[in-house]
Amino acid sequence: MPDATETQQSSPLTGQPSETSPAGQPEREFTVPERSQTQMILRRFLQHKLAVASLFVLLGVVLVAFVGGALWKYSYVDITADESVPPSWEHPFGTDAVGHDSFAQVLRGTQLSLGVAVLVALFSTIVGTVWGSIAGYYRGWLDTVMMRIADLVLTLPLLAVAAVLGHNVGGSWWLIAVVIAGLYWAYVARVARGVVLSLREKEFIEASKALGASDMRIILRHLVPNSLGAVIVNATILVAIAILIETALSFLGFGVQPPDTSLGLLVSNAQTAVSTRPWLFYFPGLFIIIIALTINFIGDGLRDAFDPKQTKVRE
Amino acid sequence: MLAYALRRVLLSVPILIASTFVVFVITALSKSPISDLRAKNPPPPERTIELERQRLNLDQPLLERYWNWLLGLFRGDFGPSVQSRMDIGAEVVDRFIVTFRLIGLAMLVALVLAIIVGVISAVKQYSGVDYTSTFLGFLFLSLPSFWFAILLKQAGISFNNAVGEQVLFTIGDSSVYVTGGTWAEFTDALGHMVLPTISLALLSFAAWSRFQRASMLEVLNSDYVRLARAKGLRRGTVMRKHALRTALIPLTTVTALDLGAIISGAVVTEKVFQWQGAGTFLLDAIERSDVYAVQAWLLVSATFIILFNLAADLLYGVLDPRIRYA
Repeated sequence: MPDATETQQSSPLTGQPSETSPAGQPEREFTVPERSQTQMILRRFLQHKLAVASLFVLLGVVLVAFVGGALWKYSYVDITADESVPPSWEHPFGTDAVGHDSFAQVLRGTQLSLGVAVLVALFSTIVGTVWGSIAGYYRGWLDTVMMRIADLVLTLPLLAVAAVLGHNVGGSWWLIAVVIAGLYWAYVARVARGVVLSLREKEFIEASKALGASDMRIILRHLVPNSLGAVIVNATILVAIAILIETALSFLGFGVQPPDTSLGLLVSNAQTAVSTRPWLFYFPGLFIIIIALTINFIGDGLRDAFDPKQTKVRE
Repeated sequence: MLAYALRRVLLSVPILIASTFVVFVITALSKSPISDLRAKNPPPPERTIELERQRLNLDQPLLERYWNWLLGLFRGDFGPSVQSRMDIGAEVVDRFIVTFRLIGLAMLVALVLAIIVGVISAVKQYSGVDYTSTFLGFLFLSLPSFWFAILLKQAGISFNNAVGEQVLFTIGDSSVYVTGGTWAEFTDALGHMVLPTISLALLSFAAWSRFQRASMLEVLNSDYVRLARAKGLRRGTVMRKHALRTALIPLTTVTALDLGAIISGAVVTEKVFQWQGAGTFLLDAIERSDVYAVQAWLLVSATFIILFNLAADLLYGVLDPRIRYA
């Protein structure tokens, strides 16, 4: 049964390996090299095979997109003499009706989509975490006001409002990231508030309060390090969510604007050519799936590494 | 409970009004429809532009415009559209009826499937079924919905070609001409709904089945379920009466919270399958810088999201007696 093994795992919060030896026996009969918090998290992450494999695949995609995109003989704006040719050595992903090299376009799209997604994750994690932590830590009227504002943002369907805003900002990729993050931080704030709400009731916070620690010290020395795991896991998964939002926005025509391109825009352009020129449709879609899927797996691995209480049995 | 319900209802009114104000500012700051008019070739006379400005209330300051719009709502007036003959109120209601048909069915399908799959993979934890559904869950969560919708549309076309008959409709929400009475109309609408429903339901299904699995696992590992088994109740009885009932409760909140995402998803689905629903209404309105139409759309969807969350909160209290509202 899983719960039997789970109780033997160490807690991430205390960082102390819980000894499974029966009561009365001396502790540390066998000397085990001591490991730091970070080492243990790393070890647990490396045991998650799928997550590690995903990390390598994702790194490969990033490398191909950024380094390969710079080295590849065609640029995404180049118009070659070949029109609508299927994949070949000359054009690995084929070309479109105008003669754009599809490989170069997919790489460019991946660069932009990844860039937007990472920025969104970064912005909304920072804003959301600070917002939610302040609300959760201070409680009272400040909490009420701040969370009402977050609730307000949550009543708006994200993609729709992003489309309205995206129509205004006119296609610059980092502005699109700001728009999406400006709507997504409220979700992060909710999660962060929940984490802080449960942490602030813990005994060690009470203890440091009793010792006369200032709010600043409690927040920086206790709350931030202890909620870091949840924040990192959330931020990772947010990259996957953000890439899906950005591509959907570009697909609808309110994200990245031509002549620049994004994976969503490439799919949008290819939607009438699924049966006639399938390569134009499948490759950008496949890249979105690979990126989102590997990030989700990495996020899962990180969750297990930071919080072994939720993990499966390990062989 | 009643007092709590009443207080919550009263509290959602200011949230809704504040939300309309935020949206009003956002849309008002967007591209002015007048600039589209100016960009026309040949340019319309200055007099026409001035009249249009007055018709769209653009000569009023922002706050005054908002206030007049809010007052107009009570008379059922959603404000003037860029398309002078369109009645925004009537149009948006019509369009949302079409969309809610899609959203309602998709949510139902996703919920039922998510509960079944979630419960099975929790009960048979670490079995082949569990691993398969976990992997599929991850895959569906990573699928771009628009890409999958186009793929489904293509599959529908191939299916129709293979059968030699139009069984699955891939364009529009209903046929223009249907002969044969109500039944024929019903089957026609249903035929149009199959593919969009699948594509919209898939995303929520993936998230909800993961959630249902976690919630069921938590209940199965709880003491009272162990006790029920220990006192000799049959496994099936414990599962149905003790575990499942409790494990279903958290899903109500998640379903309500996801409504916004589903409405957003419907916009994409409608665009791919070319439905004349609320989603395409919104996209057209944004494209034409039709401020009042965008505003009407967001008002209706925000109202639904708030009401839905309210209902879920109240339902939660009924389902889970541990929760007491002070």
